[in-house]
Amino acid sequence: MTKKIKNLNLNFGPQHPAAHGVLRLILELDGEVVEKADPHIGLLHRGTEKLIENKTYMQAVPYFDRLDYVAPMNQEHAFALAVEKILKIDVPIRAQYIRVIFCEIGRILSHILNVTTQALDVGALTPSLWGFEERETLMTFYERASGSRLHANYFRAGGVHQDLPKGLEEDIAKFCETFPKIINDLESLLTDNRIFKQRNVDIGVVTKEDALDYSFSGVMIRGSGVPWDLRKSQPYDCYESLDFKIPVGKNGDCYDRYLCRIEEMKESVSIIKQCLAKMEKGPIKSLDGKISPPPKAEIKQSMEALIHHFKLFTEGYRVPKDEIYTAVEAPKGEFGVYLISDGSSKPYKCKIRAPGFSHLQSMDYLIKGHMLADVPAVLGSLDIVFGEVDR
Amino acid sequence: MKNLEDLEKKINSELTTKINNTEIKHNQIYIETDKEDIIDVVIFLKTNQDTKFRQLVDITVVDYPEQNQRFEVVYLFLSHEFNQRLIVKYSIGENEVIPSLTSIFPSANWMEREVFDMYGVSFKDHPDLRRILTDYGFEGHPLRKDFPLTGHSEVRYSEDQKKVISEPVKLEQNYRNFDYESPWEGTKYIKEEIESNDKKN
Repeated sequence: MTKKIKNLNLNFGPQHPAAHGVLRLILELDGEVVEKADPHIGLLHRGTEKLIENKTYMQAVPYFDRLDYVAPMNQEHAFALAVEKILKIDVPIRAQYIRVIFCEIGRILSHILNVTTQALDVGALTPSLWGFEERETLMTFYERASGSRLHANYFRAGGVHQDLPKGLEEDIAKFCETFPKIINDLESLLTDNRIFKQRNVDIGVVTKEDALDYSFSGVMIRGSGVPWDLRKSQPYDCYESLDFKIPVGKNGDCYDRYLCRIEEMKESVSIIKQCLAKMEKGPIKSLDGKISPPPKAEIKQSMEALIHHFKLFTEGYRVPKDEIYTAVEAPKGEFGVYLISDGSSKPYKCKIRAPGFSHLQSMDYLIKGHMLADVPAVLGSLDIVFGEVDR
Repeated sequence: MKNLEDLEKKINSELTTKINNTEIKHNQIYIETDKEDIIDVVIFLKTNQDTKFRQLVDITVVDYPEQNQRFEVVYLFLSHEFNQRLIVKYSIGENEVIPSLTSIFPSANWMEREVFDMYGVSFKDHPDLRRILTDYGFEGHPLRKDFPLTGHSEVRYSEDQKKVISEPVKLEQNYRNFDYESPWEGTKYIKEEIESNDKKN
């Protein structure tokens, strides 16, 4: 007598600690082997693009914090660059350094979270406890610069909102001295750890070709051996003048991607150090009164400043009719903004290109034939944050 | 090709009949084509040795409700080899079905699903054209310009029925969209006069 065996359908999420957010993953299992994965996303969809169409350019910035909420300023950067290119305004050099410093802090924030929680998913608890302590320090830097730990709303078209407070530069420099030791500690827990390696080596392998076909970017493409980093290939702000290396993986598996992230954190520390050394006093936003608001003191004295202030915070500035795609190397990959302006003070369209969207799309391709227990390992190494996937 | 102008010439000479217009702006090439030719154009861009646009970065649509051909479909490409970006566009009417790129770029799958979800543009030969970002059972296409910002229905937990229900949106106060047509640069009729004077000069 033959018995018909049916594949088992399993719902992974929408609430699951290893889903890194609200992901509903429908897995078709043959025994313990995954035959098919169908991610259902959109549970965190907030209509960001629609909302941005109804806000002025300045009011649109906070929405970018809420995309990839572990590295908020990197997203703001893409939007600020897009608007700056259309407006054809220059950013003061000090503002460029500040922006790069905070982008690299964002990268470290994101990589710590990813590396440690991925380790947590495969069974190591300690790294996340050690890592989160450092994230806390970094978020106080965010708070001191922008007034907010997470949703910074700090970058503006033409610079940043305000100058760094007294003492912050020194404290960031101090952090740069101590942090490499923490990375080494994390590495001593994970890099040669037998269990960690067994769970990650040769899992979720991506070939070079597939990485291109599936629109991978960031660590996902570098892990597969493609030396591609927008900070080097299409440099923006002051990245051109900085000296840093691009870590590239070899095998394209979860373990190589972990190694890339660790190396990238070390490079980020060196970038921050260079910026701090090169930074000089100076203006931190465009001096054009039609684009950036005047200092508070001036408003009390000058009629023109008062008018500028009022107009900027009611109507906002107008952006001439144009269209542009700008991308930055966010911690998770290429984060892009396709902006269409129509001459008014609100964007006509603002399409957000989130790296996580195309990474998660490949879940079915990555996980087919793997065991059920590999799902969290692969998902973790994709570095998914639902704020940006669902938008 | 590393040089943007050479690349533009190359594309123009190879695809003369299939391309309506090219333009270089912000260090990127913008190409206008037609719905019928898109597959050929994309295959050429992907496979040709001098272009090698091996990565599809994104697909999106722009809605211009006042135009005859309402939607403009936009494809963003990236060539790692030559470090170039390229944008391909074409316009379509409201109920037109357009060809899917999934057979050329597997990553087009979700991008096209998103376009379908947000704008209601259908794709021919797409393996799995479902909604992606909006809720199960959602109606309408949110990114169309005629879709209200507040949406049509809202969801809440009903204490009486002991389940989540969806009802038409009821707002205490209407969404206020202030029009700041600016007196900054002078009122409209003066502005127009100044502009026409500028043109004469």
